[in-house]
Amino acid sequence: MKLKSNVAVSDSGFVFNAATGDSYSINPIGQFIFNLIKNGATEEEVIKHILKKYSVDRPTAEKDLYDFKKILESYKLIDTTNE
Amino acid sequence: MSNPRYTIGVSGLNAIDSPGPGLAVIKALRDAESFDVRIIGLAYESMEPGLYMHDLVDKSYLVPYPSAGQDVLLKRLQYIHSVEKPNMLVPNFDAELFNYIKLQKTLEKDLGIKTFLPSEKQFNERHKSNLYAFGLKHGIKVPAVRMANTMIEATNMASQLGYPVVVKGKFYDARIASTPEQVMQYFSKISAQWGTPVLIQEFISGHEVNVCGIGNGKGETIGAVPMKKLYVTEKGKAWSGVTLADEKLLEICKNLVESTSWRGPFELEFMKTKNDEYYLLEINPRFPAWCYLSVGAGQNQVEALVKLAMGEDIKPFDNYEVGKMFIRYSNDMIVNLEEFESISTLGEL
Repeated sequence: MKLKSNVAVSDSGFVFNAATGDSYSINPIGQFIFNLIKNGATEEEVIKHILKKYSVDRPTAEKDLYDFKKILESYKLIDTTNE
Repeated sequence: MSNPRYTIGVSGLNAIDSPGPGLAVIKALRDAESFDVRIIGLAYESMEPGLYMHDLVDKSYLVPYPSAGQDVLLKRLQYIHSVEKPNMLVPNFDAELFNYIKLQKTLEKDLGIKTFLPSEKQFNERHKSNLYAFGLKHGIKVPAVRMANTMIEATNMASQLGYPVVVKGKFYDARIASTPEQVMQYFSKISAQWGTPVLIQEFISGHEVNVCGIGNGKGETIGAVPMKKLYVTEKGKAWSGVTLADEKLLEICKNLVESTSWRGPFELEFMKTKNDEYYLLEINPRFPAWCYLSVGAGQNQVEALVKLAMGEDIKPFDNYEVGKMFIRYSNDMIVNLEEFESISTLGEL
């Protein structure tokens, strides 16, 4: 899971895709995950960080991360071609 | 050393809901760092807002409608020249460009007025009705299109292409038709307003991306800035837009300029599909009304156009700022009746 090169996220959670001109607002948890992906974290590492920071069980974290990833994919914000 | 001062005539002062590019071009000229300007506004109607914007336009003249022909236009320009001695003209309307292209040599030779326009061949090749052949010639995808002169032809062509189709006027207007009834309805409306043939075009699903640029006439792209419309009016005009980072689009644009040796400003309109394919919808042979965004993004293409016209050898812009936005706005100006009277009766202000 890798952010596309033209995608930028600000400190306030504003995401801008420079290739399409589309912009989005993400909530603090989304921003937390986004920054982990931006820094090259794997899915397993993202889940570990979520479990450490939030009181949530692993199956729920995995499912929510999967859903979030699908949304990012549909908006063409992440590159999953090498997975 | 002080900057040279140029007197430049600019048309397209109709800053209305479907705005002409004139005021954006003038703002770019006033932002130019390498020369100072005196602006002569060229207007067709006395209600064009730019006529009354004295901080942007120094003096204005009414000019004859393009349908009056080149001789009438030349006479008017000779008069304007006798008073103002303009160094250059920047025409900004599709409909007037043909006359200016035809007159460009006379203007330069007899009056010393420079222009920097596409050739007549370039102008004709990119017409909506010739665009499909143009795309084939230059290796660019263009939606399939047919020319319909009758309603029956229009519905037959739509069936061949498959629904939905886009029904387009030869100069203006475009509607998406999903049924034969809609094709007939739009054919009737568009042919009544713009004449025949009416274009029946394959519908390409995606989002529109446009490029504002300028070619030096020798195959080199001097500037190019891609933009996506963020907010569109009922007339399909951009009310807001943002600059994009789109290498593939810029590559297509540069190849097009190279293969056509495009001379002058242009706006390319593309449809980008979800599979990242680009279909050329239109080539406008002039600056678009949103061209001031290019200045905001770091490319004063209008300044570059003037320098090209003045014979300067200029280097292409090598970058621009991505994520720069423009947002258009409406404004009510207060105008003295005397000014309206002057432009209406004397044709000057």
